Amino acid sequence: MGVAADSQFHVLAVDDSIIDRKLIERLLKTSSFQVTTVDSGSKALEFLGLHEEDEDMNSNQPSVSPNIHQEVEVNLIITDYCMPGMTGYDLLKKVKNSSSLKDIPVVIMSSENVPSRINRCLEEGADEFFLKPVRLSDVNKLKPHMMRMKIKETDHQEQNQESKTRDKEEEIESQQQSNGNKRKSMEEGDITRQNKTQIQWWPYCRFD
Amino acid sequence: MDQNHMKKQINSARNSLFQQGYLDEQFIQLEDLQDDANPNFVEEIVTLFYSDSTRLIRNIETALDNYPLDFCKLDDYMHQFKGSSSSIGAKKVKDECSQFQECCKARNTEGCIGIFRQVKHEHATLKRKLETYFQVSPSNSLENRHTLQRNTQLCAAD
Repeated sequence: MGVAADSQFHVLAVDDSIIDRKLIERLLKTSSFQVTTVDSGSKALEFLGLHEEDEDMNSNQPSVSPNIHQEVEVNLIITDYCMPGMTGYDLLKKVKNSSSLKDIPVVIMSSENVPSRINRCLEEGADEFFLKPVRLSDVNKLKPHMMRMKIKETDHQEQNQESKTRDKEEEIESQQQSNGNKRKSMEEGDITRQNKTQIQWWPYCRFD
Repeated sequence: MDQNHMKKQINSARNSLFQQGYLDEQFIQLEDLQDDANPNFVEEIVTLFYSDSTRLIRNIETALDNYPLDFCKLDDYMHQFKGSSSSIGAKKVKDECSQFQECCKARNTEGCIGIFRQVKHEHATLKRKLETYFQVSPSNSLENRHTLQRNTQLCAAD
């Protein structure tokens, strides 16, 4: 009963307020998204497979490889702006500066309507800025961003596939060419050790 | 007839919460998120608000006992309090929080203390009214909610 297709979009929601986490979770689930909520930017990065101190060589903790969370795909991050420690803006910057995460759409939520804040976030790569309290009509704007990301991913995969196929074709072509060269050298009487094995069946081939 | 009378009373109680400015449209947004799979969402989130805001109130009270007042800290606590109030549609509480923040900006100690008393008063009043409302309100079926909403729209204050 019901279409399951939409439930494959997974949203990571970040907010230090327990009430707002409950609200955003309900809003997202009502829209048939899978939801994970965390209460801080650092927990969000942990979930996404990044450590804050990624570049810290002296860290005793082993750095988490992005590949560990590959099976937990996140299609969109929605985060509060004002949070203690790492703000939503800091989180946005870290995500956009990460090679593995930069394509994930990020949405910022804030209770304060500060135009300079909004502009800063959008310039840093945020896809939407929602004023709190967030409503269903806001959440309805999220799907296009997630679909765009999926299409982009599919394109990349297809491109990779095409390039692999091209490589394969080139390989075959170059092999045929090298065979052709060997034939030519054969005809010219230039018998090398390489094509001696081919000579055995050569007389059985006809070339016109 | 009893049931109808009961329904009318509940409708009227709910309407007055909106008309008197205790609740705003955000509360209706919460009700819209209730469904058969989540029939108690509004009550759950309101309960969560009251347990979380109790903690904030304690923090603010402690901060108000330390002179000179740390207006930054107070503003920060009140920002959280205001945010949660706004999220559940607690209009009067939210408005008092805004006033408190104005006093913080103006570094007005007396103002902060006075306004905070009002914040607590509105907070407690709304709690009583909502507790009553949840106790007597009918099952949160879609049909009942739509009836309530239609009535609210008809009686909506400006």
